[in-house]
Amino acid sequence: MELYHGPLDTKEIFGRWLDDQAHSNYGAYIPFVGTIRAEDDIEALSFDIYEPVLQKWFDGWQEKAADLGAVVKMAHSIGDVPVHTSSYVSAVFSPKRRVALELIDEFVEDFKANAPIWKYDVKNGERIYAADRSTPMSGSGLLA
Amino acid sequence: MIKVEFLGPIGKAPIEMQAATLADVSVKLKEDKALTEWLDKCAVALNDTMVNDLETALKDGDRVSILPPVCGG
Repeated sequence: MELYHGPLDTKEIFGRWLDDQAHSNYGAYIPFVGTIRAEDDIEALSFDIYEPVLQKWFDGWQEKAADLGAVVKMAHSIGDVPVHTSSYVSAVFSPKRRVALELIDEFVEDFKANAPIWKYDVKNGERIYAADRSTPMSGSGLLA
Repeated sequence: MIKVEFLGPIGKAPIEMQAATLADVSVKLKEDKALTEWLDKCAVALNDTMVNDLETALKDGDRVSILPPVCGG
């Protein structure tokens, strides 16, 4: 798992991951790129991350992938990420395509639901929590 | 004493309190009207491990994190 301040250098990250696994005999490599869209007059999105829980969440996915003979990778931005740049990339390597295609779907969806990352719209230099696009994590409401 | 920290957009400084279980933490946090709107949609971690049981026992020095709704990517 890789965390960076500001936008991701997607080509460097994907190229390096590909090089790292060049001789691992994986038949499939499926990358996913999340790019900030220009909408609602935002200048950027901004992110807070709670790394200790994110790392445990990611470790759990690495174990799940390993059970399938696969590898999951991810990188995410901290702080401001301007429109038309990327804040999130992930990828799955697996021996055959079916596992990678299914795993990237499950991994990205669970990431959206349970990775401890908070998103803010940046408008006129002000950070506004994206409450209406955010999802309560599993187990929410315990203390209510 | 245990420490309670509020992550992301909640925007509240950490607090310390006496609590034997997470149920005690719940009672004390609900005294703060500004927090009640958050609690029904927040998840909870104890020393960075997610927890789902109000009867979870706490010990001196434990750290409870309150995690509001997320949206990575």
